[in-house]
Amino acid sequence: MVTAMRTMKEKTRRDLTLTVLFVIFVAILLQVANVKFDSYQKQVLSLMAIYGIMAVSLNLVNGITGVFSLGHAGFILLGAYTSALLTIPPEQKAMIFIIEPAHPFIANLHTDFFTATIVAGGISALGAFIIGFPVLRLSGDYLAIASLGFSEVLRILALNLQSITNGSLGLKGIPNHTNIWWSWGWLLVTVLFIVSLVKSSYGRALLAIRENPIAAEAMGINVFKHTLLSFVISAFFAGVSGSLYAHWLTTIDPRITTFGPVLTYYVLIMVVLGGLGSVSGSIIGAILFAFLMEWLRMFEQPFTLFGRQYPAIQGMRMLVLSVLFVVTMIVWKRGLFGRAEITWDGIRKLMKKFRRSGSR
Amino acid sequence: MSILEIEGLHVYYGAIHAIKGISFKVEPGKIVTLIGANGAGKTTTLSTIAGLIKPRRGKIIYNGQEIQGLPPHAINRMGICLVPEGRRIFPNLTVMENLMMGAYNRKDKNGVKQDLEWVFSLFPRLAERKNQLGGTLSGGEQQMLAISRGLMSRPKVMMMDEPSLGLAPILVEEVFEIIKKINKEGVTILLVEQNAVGALKISDYGYVLETGNITLEGHSKELLANEQVKKAYLGL
Repeated sequence: MVTAMRTMKEKTRRDLTLTVLFVIFVAILLQVANVKFDSYQKQVLSLMAIYGIMAVSLNLVNGITGVFSLGHAGFILLGAYTSALLTIPPEQKAMIFIIEPAHPFIANLHTDFFTATIVAGGISALGAFIIGFPVLRLSGDYLAIASLGFSEVLRILALNLQSITNGSLGLKGIPNHTNIWWSWGWLLVTVLFIVSLVKSSYGRALLAIRENPIAAEAMGINVFKHTLLSFVISAFFAGVSGSLYAHWLTTIDPRITTFGPVLTYYVLIMVVLGGLGSVSGSIIGAILFAFLMEWLRMFEQPFTLFGRQYPAIQGMRMLVLSVLFVVTMIVWKRGLFGRAEITWDGIRKLMKKFRRSGSR
Repeated sequence: MSILEIEGLHVYYGAIHAIKGISFKVEPGKIVTLIGANGAGKTTTLSTIAGLIKPRRGKIIYNGQEIQGLPPHAINRMGICLVPEGRRIFPNLTVMENLMMGAYNRKDKNGVKQDLEWVFSLFPRLAERKNQLGGTLSGGEQQMLAISRGLMSRPKVMMMDEPSLGLAPILVEEVFEIIKKINKEGVTILLVEQNAVGALKISDYGYVLETGNITLEGHSKELLANEQVKKAYLGL
């Protein structure tokens, strides 16, 4: 028993070392990419991490706590606007608010990117706290619809609060702060935070709520409090991703294509593709999604088939993407990872299997 | 003084009057059973005591304190634990994690450790399978896990809803034996059963529930001998 515990401890220490080494390895790869890649490729690389944060945070609510929320875009929007208003210099604001001058409080706000991102997360979390009280009392489809409605309300507010958000003109000239380091660094923070949360007894309670809310309640878990907290934490990181997204796009507006339900669906696709409930799955799903969205652009080019010229078809990549997803979901019913995670134990087992089949 | 006292409890599901003003008492250290046919309101009664359903009228008094209307987690923390019908274990958590969920609100690490050992001594099979997912256990093992998970909260009153449901006859007997053992450790038990013979055999006092009313009560031995009960519930 004692020796078993000691080997357990040794194993956790070894896994920790492996994880640190892995992070350093990824950092080196990113540095190489930073030097070798052109600016388009670097943009896509940053987007992968931004999508990763969005997916991992949505997975906390939808996958781990088992509450089906469709309001993620709302929290991302809240974060994006908050941080953009904080980093756009006052002179720039004077130039873009042309229909109605910016509210004096907002006109003179100015902070650095890091502070702006933290504040963005905080405002989103606050929004989740306020909206969570009515929305999380619902369940199932009703909760999904209510959260979807909430994110649309936020978007419509952004469209109409002229002196705060500049309405339909959007915010232009947001400094281009998001680079590979900011986006992947925040992804690391997000993953570390959410993984340690899931591994704690608090995280187990969230899993219990997903498995069976009534039994969880009967076991003395305050289901409402726990779901609310997971909702708030998820919104914090959604806000962070919104801030990174705004400083990646450099222009944000409240059009339906930017922060509408489509964005929520994109994130949902990443999470479900990776495996609802799996953090590693969410990251892989996000990276795959960002990659495919760019790579499939080749289907939107003019092409020649059997000697005949065809013009470019707009939106063709979405069609191909949809077909790919349908096929994926038929083959892997619960996403690429299901609920499994990539762990060092799993990798060790896989290596052993390989070695055994190699020696045979 | 009774540890648990129900006074004129009325429960509705929408317009349906499910519990029609029942009153009963549970004495500390005893096994008390509610027997009755399907739809009599047995599960509703337990769910209401656990706080999962709010009663329309009536009182639930636990250790001299009114607890009706409190949220379930608060009631659980006071020492009342429900082992729900149909087991309701967490299928994608391991046996160990399931058990630890039972002890979620406890801060005494040593006590939890002790109780874990006790539970494993009651159910050695669970110790063997502690790293297995709950959903991969057999029906009987899942019932044992559900009972153990309840015990991990170190309850003063344990309410069990149909623990013998869907189990093989040998296992049914085993479960009843375990209930007796748990009771000997000082846990008061409120047992709901359709298996009236088994329940009356191990219990001290019984109530017969019929479409939301208590129609008969008495010491379990008397009920076992009662002609009316024999005819209606024992199939004798």
